[in-house]
Amino acid sequence: MLLGRIQVPPSVRRGEAFEVRILVEHPMETGFRRDMNGQSIPVYIVNKLSCRYAGYEVFSAELGTGMSANPYMAFFAVAESSGEVAVEWSDDRGATGRVTAMLNVT
Amino acid sequence: MSLSRVLRSAFLVPLVVTAQTPQPLKSGIEFQSADVRALQADAFGNPGMLWVERGAALWNAPRGERNISCASCHGDATASMKGVAARYPAFLASLGRVANVEQRINACVVDNQKAVALPYESPELLALTAFRQSRGQPIAARADGAAAALLEEGARIYHRRQGQLNLACTSCHDASWGRTLLNEKVSQGHPADWPAYRFEWQALGSLERRLRACYFGVRAELPPYGSPDLLALQVYLAQRAAGLVSDPPGVRR
Repeated sequence: MLLGRIQVPPSVRRGEAFEVRILVEHPMETGFRRDMNGQSIPVYIVNKLSCRYAGYEVFSAELGTGMSANPYMAFFAVAESSGEVAVEWSDDRGATGRVTAMLNVT
Repeated sequence: MSLSRVLRSAFLVPLVVTAQTPQPLKSGIEFQSADVRALQADAFGNPGMLWVERGAALWNAPRGERNISCASCHGDATASMKGVAARYPAFLASLGRVANVEQRINACVVDNQKAVALPYESPELLALTAFRQSRGQPIAARADGAAAALLEEGARIYHRRQGQLNLACTSCHDASWGRTLLNEKVSQGHPADWPAYRFEWQALGSLERRLRACYFGVRAELPPYGSPDLLALQVYLAQRAAGLVSDPPGVRR
């Protein structure tokens, strides 16, 4: 089971921009490398990631082989009401992951 | 004396190199660029924290024949494990030998949990060593008991030339620290902040993996994980870095 981490500020002001930070554990194997025996290492990457808040997709990304292992992403958003921020991702072998954080809007 | 022998003696290099131990002590992170230093200090962005998080889960996960977790005996790690790892490698009377953190964890896994030892560099062992609650603790290993002999052996290895490049650890880390090697600053070679996330590895790695990378760098034969040579070297390095603040998981290029 690969881990994910998400961070939002403890509390944000209504209508004010805040930062969401995401860290996903994944080897992000490019498919271009070879092992010690000369065999090519198959591609193994997270290819889709999306962040939903109050039922709306607020951020999404399609990742490629150029991303480093354990990709880190951050983006800014504006919230009108408190709710759950949920990040979901899937890799090219069908595995999925999900992390959530509660956003407290004052 | 034949000409060849004269030539050979003229170019004979001493087998043991002596250089001053660095003063003041500087952790490896001080030789990294500002962005790497910022990443290590960032409790969220530091990729090593993924292993710490996994370690926290493993701490409470029962395993082995006796189906007990680390927490079953040691309780809350934030209290029971605070600063413990900074005292390793150490001589353990209960085991009758010197052990580093990895070996100490595995001794507990095998003897108390009755489980199979965790392999070196496995995600589980790395996670448990990373989750060791020794952030910001000074290195304070005691070289007593059987560790005293290992300390001497470690110092000997540290000052011994080896490999095709014929370099000793001290050639770089005592004599040339702070200078540039390729595009890197040569560090003082302290074990602080390990296990660390190394960009070159794209993963967290143990101190032994880092030491093996140095052996590879001087084109020397790599000692296997858990070998007496690596343990002796770790005992010496811990004494050499005594008092230096360790802040694992580190981040290195």
